[in-house]
Amino acid sequence: MSVIGITGYGAYLPRRRMCRQTVAEGHAWLAPGLKGKAKGVRTLAGWDEDTITMAVEACRNCLGPDDDRSRIGAIYFASTTPVFMDRLNAGVVAAALTLNETIRASDIGGSRRAGATSLLQALDSAAANNPNGGAALVVASESRKTRAASAQELAYGDAAACIEVGGENVIARLVGRHIMTVDFVDRFRAANTPYDYSWEERWARDEGYGKFVPQAIAAVLKDANLSAEQIDKVILPCPFRGLAAKLAAKAGLSSDAVANDHALDCGDLGAANALTLLAAELEMASPGDKILVADFGQGCEAFIFETTDAIAQFKPSRTFSAQIENGVLETNYLRYLTMRGLIDWEKGPKAEKDTRTSLSALYRNRNMLLGFIGGRHKETGEVQFPASRIALSEAGHEIDALEPYKLSEKHGEILSWSADRTALSPDPPNYYGMITFPEGGRLMMDFTDMLNVDVKTGMAMRMVFRIKEVDAPRDYTRYFWKATPLSPPVR
Amino acid sequence: MATGIKDKVVILGAGCSRFGERWDCSAEDLLVESFTEAIEDAGIEKKDIDAAWFGHHDDMVGMGKGGAPLSVALRLPNIAVTRVENFCAGGSEALRGATYAVASGAADIALAIGVEKLKDVGYGGLPPRYPGGLAPMWAPSGSNAGNFAQLASAYCSKHGVDLSDLKRAIAHVSVKSHANGAKNPKAHLRREITMDQVLNAGMIAEPLGLYDCCGVSDGSAAAIVTTPEIAKSLGKTDLVAIKAMQLSVSNGFESQSNGWDGSYFHTTRIAAKKAYAEAGVTEPAKQINVMEVHDCFSVTELVTMEDLYISPQGGAVGDVLDGRYDADGTNPCQIDGGLKCFGHPIGASGLRMLYEIYLQLLGRAGDRQLQSPSIGLTHNLGGEPSMNICSVNVIGLHGG
Repeated sequence: MSVIGITGYGAYLPRRRMCRQTVAEGHAWLAPGLKGKAKGVRTLAGWDEDTITMAVEACRNCLGPDDDRSRIGAIYFASTTPVFMDRLNAGVVAAALTLNETIRASDIGGSRRAGATSLLQALDSAAANNPNGGAALVVASESRKTRAASAQELAYGDAAACIEVGGENVIARLVGRHIMTVDFVDRFRAANTPYDYSWEERWARDEGYGKFVPQAIAAVLKDANLSAEQIDKVILPCPFRGLAAKLAAKAGLSSDAVANDHALDCGDLGAANALTLLAAELEMASPGDKILVADFGQGCEAFIFETTDAIAQFKPSRTFSAQIENGVLETNYLRYLTMRGLIDWEKGPKAEKDTRTSLSALYRNRNMLLGFIGGRHKETGEVQFPASRIALSEAGHEIDALEPYKLSEKHGEILSWSADRTALSPDPPNYYGMITFPEGGRLMMDFTDMLNVDVKTGMAMRMVFRIKEVDAPRDYTRYFWKATPLSPPVR
Repeated sequence: MATGIKDKVVILGAGCSRFGERWDCSAEDLLVESFTEAIEDAGIEKKDIDAAWFGHHDDMVGMGKGGAPLSVALRLPNIAVTRVENFCAGGSEALRGATYAVASGAADIALAIGVEKLKDVGYGGLPPRYPGGLAPMWAPSGSNAGNFAQLASAYCSKHGVDLSDLKRAIAHVSVKSHANGAKNPKAHLRREITMDQVLNAGMIAEPLGLYDCCGVSDGSAAAIVTTPEIAKSLGKTDLVAIKAMQLSVSNGFESQSNGWDGSYFHTTRIAAKKAYAEAGVTEPAKQINVMEVHDCFSVTELVTMEDLYISPQGGAVGDVLDGRYDADGTNPCQIDGGLKCFGHPIGASGLRMLYEIYLQLLGRAGDRQLQSPSIGLTHNLGGEPSMNICSVNVIGLHGG
């Protein structure tokens, strides 16, 4: 029986980084105390990103462009900010990834430690249900709304991370675990309310993090039969600057072992925090490293992974470190409020257009719309999108000559484009144009994340899964794929 | 082998409302305005019309579906009325229905009429488009301006043209049309503009600025068609005949096949070739004396000059800047002001183009009359460069 463990990882950071100083300066007249928290940046999802789209991108970074994802037998979507309350968010992610329709899928929420919870559940389930190598994706994704001038507005970041677990090519195996569930409420968010409510930070720090985390660390070390000195990295998602190091020291862990919490370049990532930081550390880990994670939230979930020799062979298709480097600074506070729907901005009469989605048409075309699958002629090889019963160049009347052909992992080039200032967008102008795929196929499509880009015909573009439109009256989000520069300019 | 439409059908009368922000008029009122002129020009009575084709597009600010709204507005004597919609070429489509009815012998006299009352939408710009259930789920969240603007990037890339040169050329297109429209009492925009105004106007969809886009207007136009024999029997002597009537419709080649480079209208080239063959035009640049083309955007007109085989491939920028398509150029285009100055009341535009060619051929175009044109062309496009329908009609003096 093979050992079940981590077999892959990938993180996703939105390209925009909100400058905290910009936010604090905007509120200086109202909340001068924010100035002390105004260091660094937080990751900021674009208007067309949410926890589903970020989850898809994190999974793609983990899985790579390989078409065969048939090994994946389960997917767990962890978030306290799911897009849908009754529509399986994991199911949308699975469809975008073109996973088998026979997989098991669950949404897990309820706590900021939902990512850690999902990871342990996935490991247990994989071991119990398919000990010979059934693979599962655990993806944690978070994008929380915050009130203007709140501490959370500065602190919270948006991100997603995917950990693949399975029995083949294990890169890190679980060597210890400890779970505590205690109804300690330092903050909460009721169902159907947008914002967190928090109790005094000093209480949360001293009575919450300060007590649960050391306990959990001691217990997980005992479970793994390891001493504190044997731990190479410790990940303690924690909103208080410097507290992680103190808690580590209290538990006897070396200060060198405390992982970067990325509070200054990502922020507090909520339910995605633990897995994002785990992905970041795995990226830098060497074989034999022991990584301890203690994720606080109505108790604490702690586990220790030990990396294997196989870790050297794995690399996500877009690394965490590259994404950290690839951020684009946002210094327009009003654009942030507008993009995130936090201000009641004038959208004009175009916003009155009904964008109701035909759910029956969506279902019929789910492979096309979510999986980005077109068709390729079985004989001529000609690629087309969308697919059709009568092929594009069919002069006679042969029908059904196409086989499915996926475009989501292909790179395209801009044939023609425009930046449209009349199209409704929270982040104008709206870029779109004709994308041709050198391997075959083309379509007119939206572009996204055109940040500081000097657009040119022939520019290489890759495909990303994004929000197409939000039907506001029905609160329904429609998704499709967009093109974004393959090699965007680095700041 | 089809014998074609050449000289089988003539225009007995034509009418065109004043185009513009007709706050005082309903669509019905505009129909009455164009129809009154057309039937008086034809010298017939309503009871003489056997059938009607009605170009009308918009549902949001429209008169409702079907043929009845026209029949009621004009109190037609319970004749056949067919409403037609074919993107922005509904007016030309109405003319095609009426023309074919006469050519077939099913009707002696038929009416083609179109109208759009766009200014009841409540804001500047076109009413929202609802292109079916599936397309909005994946097609870009764009606009007509952004779709047509893409001709510019593809054209510059293909022909190695500097964008600033193209910008000047398409600016000249608009300056020329405004100069023409200023002389036309039925045009909506009747003010001359300068190159500086065009080049410095606010951006709509890169690289198209405000003056690169046609206006938004209310309007109606009509034509009454019959056979040459009936026209003569009614006392008409100078007859304007349909020489060719072609329509080409995209089948997905442009939008789905990598064979199209985005810089031209595939359908226009097909329709133009067929129309020239049908009309017996062998050297269009020399034989076509006057053109009304679908200048929804300045760049559309520029590339259309090549697609109609008037300018050589890649030569339109130079030809436009040389004044070839100005009122005093060798191939005057948009002599009435075009969509640029008339706006684009969708169901009416194709028939408005026909109206101008008809007037020019009969020498009735007033201040903007060209010197003895004998063959004219209308080009009415609907859709967007990557997916469209294109009507190319050749109109000429009967027997000429």
